[in-house]
Amino acid sequence: MMQAALMVPCYVDTFYPHVGIATLELLEKLGVDVVCPKDQTCCGQPMANSGCYEEARATEEHCARVFGSFDYVVTPSGSCTHHIRNKFSAGADSPEKQKLVRNTYDLVEFLHDVLKIRDFPWATFEHKVALHTSCSAIRGLNMASMSERVHDTVFSKPKALLSGVSGIEFVEFERVDECCGFGGTFAVTEEAVSAKMGYDKLAFMQKASPDCIISSDMSCLMHLQGCARRQKQDTPFYHVAEVLNGVSL
Amino acid sequence: MNSTQALSRNTILDSVRANQPAKLPMPSIPHFHMNQHHTNQPADLVAAFCESIARMAGVVVTEDVPDLDSFQCAKFPEAKVICSAIPEYAGTIKPASLNHWSEASKIDVCILRSPMGVAETGSILLSDIELQVNTIAFLAHDLVVLLDPKQIVGNIHDAYEHPYFKLRSYSVLMTGPSGSGDISGITVHPAQGVKTLTVILSSALSPTPNASRRMG
Amino acid sequence: MSTPVDQAKNAERFLADTVHEQRLDKLLWAMRMRRDAAARQVPEWEELRTLASEIKEHTLSNLSDYLIQFEAKATANGMIVHWARDAHEVYDLLAGQGSNMLVKSKSMLTEECEWRPFLERRGIRVTETDLGERIQQLDDQPPGHIVGPAIHKTTQDVAILFSKKYGSDPENEDAAYLAGVMRENTRPDILDARAGMTGANFVVAETGAVVVATNEGNADLSANTPPLHICSVGIEKIIPTTESLAVFVRLLTRSATGDRITQYTSTFRGPRKGAAMHVILVDNGRSARLGMKRFWHSLKCIRCAACMNTCPVYRRSGGLSYGSTYMGPIGIIMMPTFEIRKYSELPFASTLNGSCTNVCPVKIDIHEQIYGWREVMEENDQIQVVKKEAMRVADKVLSHPTLYQIATTTVSTALEVLPHFAVYNRLNAWGKHRDVPEATTQTFHEWYRTHRPKTNEEVRRG
Repeated sequence: MMQAALMVPCYVDTFYPHVGIATLELLEKLGVDVVCPKDQTCCGQPMANSGCYEEARATEEHCARVFGSFDYVVTPSGSCTHHIRNKFSAGADSPEKQKLVRNTYDLVEFLHDVLKIRDFPWATFEHKVALHTSCSAIRGLNMASMSERVHDTVFSKPKALLSGVSGIEFVEFERVDECCGFGGTFAVTEEAVSAKMGYDKLAFMQKASPDCIISSDMSCLMHLQGCARRQKQDTPFYHVAEVLNGVSL
Repeated sequence: MNSTQALSRNTILDSVRANQPAKLPMPSIPHFHMNQHHTNQPADLVAAFCESIARMAGVVVTEDVPDLDSFQCAKFPEAKVICSAIPEYAGTIKPASLNHWSEASKIDVCILRSPMGVAETGSILLSDIELQVNTIAFLAHDLVVLLDPKQIVGNIHDAYEHPYFKLRSYSVLMTGPSGSGDISGITVHPAQGVKTLTVILSSALSPTPNASRRMG
Repeated sequence: MSTPVDQAKNAERFLADTVHEQRLDKLLWAMRMRRDAAARQVPEWEELRTLASEIKEHTLSNLSDYLIQFEAKATANGMIVHWARDAHEVYDLLAGQGSNMLVKSKSMLTEECEWRPFLERRGIRVTETDLGERIQQLDDQPPGHIVGPAIHKTTQDVAILFSKKYGSDPENEDAAYLAGVMRENTRPDILDARAGMTGANFVVAETGAVVVATNEGNADLSANTPPLHICSVGIEKIIPTTESLAVFVRLLTRSATGDRITQYTSTFRGPRKGAAMHVILVDNGRSARLGMKRFWHSLKCIRCAACMNTCPVYRRSGGLSYGSTYMGPIGIIMMPTFEIRKYSELPFASTLNGSCTNVCPVKIDIHEQIYGWREVMEENDQIQVVKKEAMRVADKVLSHPTLYQIATTTVSTALEVLPHFAVYNRLNAWGKHRDVPEATTQTFHEWYRTHRPKTNEEVRRG
């Protein structure tokens, strides 16, 4: 039985535990032996992205120690995976760190590329979905094609997975891969621009009349949901893990 | 070069030498052909040229124009000063008669010949040879350019193989009349330069063997 | 010591003007779409980008040789070549060029070096011939975009401005009419000018030529009409050959506006008879930037502004918010090399989404350099003390499981502590336009402890 460590991003742990639960249950359904190290905290992204490199060191080193012995580390977060795989340079080098960098997967990547699952027979979702894929996932992890590269074959790993859920329908909306505006600490340091980007993103999505908005990154959804609720929009938001795990609206 | 200049030159070059990264190789540039929608067949190149120049508000005349005089009279009835830069047509003035570069601004219409067109972009090539007075290219109000369709090359790579770019003091790939999108992103023609550009595509007007070309 | 430009505050002000912001965002996104459409028509687009990037990297890594080659060829062609370490070194040449009025075409280098104010202080009148630059000059504003300097202005803005400066009809907002007004008013200066200043898009070493691409032909006007042509160009603009020029010409305009080429793409190889042509090779910090291991790739830039058009932050902030000669993504990675303190906040005016990197025709890793500059700001003590302190607290909490678990146990504590790293800027900034995440009854780890007790062993390996 394949074993994988589950990394729960700090903001998922605190604000969206149901996403962590859905991820865990989904992996267990797929026959993975999931270990959830209790000493985990954070990948260091908030500090590193703020340029506070020095102040990310201890956190990154701790993360490497906690997760560095596993062959697979799975996290329901494109941005955390991107940080670990591509920018994990604040902490000292070590065999654990190198292993962690190699073995961390976003949940979608893990399902699509490692387990190679395409069907989710326990899940039904007869709704129209606006699928948002984060910039980290698209341009950092190559989880979907990007509109800038006009000759690339169009593909989307989250869409491929979600297509295995009976009844799901995807709506098309404009500016599909324009950034939602979260951007980490940008969300507060450039609050006005961040909020406007979020409002605009929602407007493009809402024009297509989706029943809900889905993403594989809760950080984007946290921001978009905040913008939506402030505008008194009650569109539901779901993480990909929840839909694949069989959530109902 | 005076001593201050020599100092600047040497300081800059020393700084560049000290800082430039480890040498990286020059890639070899493939010979790209026109895209899959066009081949290099002459008929295709003419069609592509016409499509490209039309996008830039250039006008193409593909029918024979046996009489340049009646052509330009019909097209530019108000024009008074017709400058001809080609030997086979007299016009009212020749470029040589301009005493000052700025006098090109009094030209209503100038008739020129271009040695090359580019299908990819709809450009025509002009140099100090064809223009004789460079400022005609943008101070005259309207330009009429004769182009032998056999002289249309496929793409910009082909275009830059033309010897003018290594030999002439001024050469321009001109694509349609002057324009600007600077006001609120709205494309307008003209801007500062020529108001209209008309290209006459006709072999019938190719230069006769004894037509001379003045070196500018 | 200059105060850092507060790009966030400037952006907020721009956003408050919904008319201008919405217009700019829509207009520049359309430009990005035009770029996409143009790229789609060129099957070898990605190959061209790679070639352009490699040609530039080769040239920059052999820059001294190419500069010398260009100087020799240009001199043989009859040009007079000058070298300027910085903006000041050009003053004597400019002040001494003999005329009291000169015309110029768009050149970001001349903006960077602030030559127009220098000349105007000496009583030398400078007429911008580029429509966008002229609009900004009349309005006493710097350019807001490197391709369309006045792109942030509506037709109404321009109509009102021209009516004040040219006496034209303030009610007539027709762009063609306004362009005509500019043409009539500028032409006399062009015809009278004794000197013209241009920049250059490319400088060809093999032939000793400078290449300028404009839609209006105003560079040709400025270069060919007066008897003195002064062409100033950054040393990084050199490319080796005419053959390589073709690669860049095919990428430049498509990336900038979606057209296949500009109306006038001109090659100047020497002065016309009876006239003089000077070329000024300007360093102004470029050779130093060449030695920056992480940032020298920014010198590949061909000034197409594709990065600005695609940048979601630029489109909502407006170009003037950056307070700099070069703005948007490319500005963020260039400006700190000029003045690190003044532009220390710019690297944070980005979500690091990476769209810029993928539209850049010369494949500059822009968003990665933006990230790199954030680290440099820390190394150079340019990060606000309050923010650094907040980050230090965050690192302490997030590297100690016990502290982390205490902090996250209760929702109210969590809401207080976790976004605390944001406190350095404004209190409750998150909540200004957004709701905070909803309260939960327990964290994931609390749930896990009760629902998966059997697997809740401490896993320690190695």
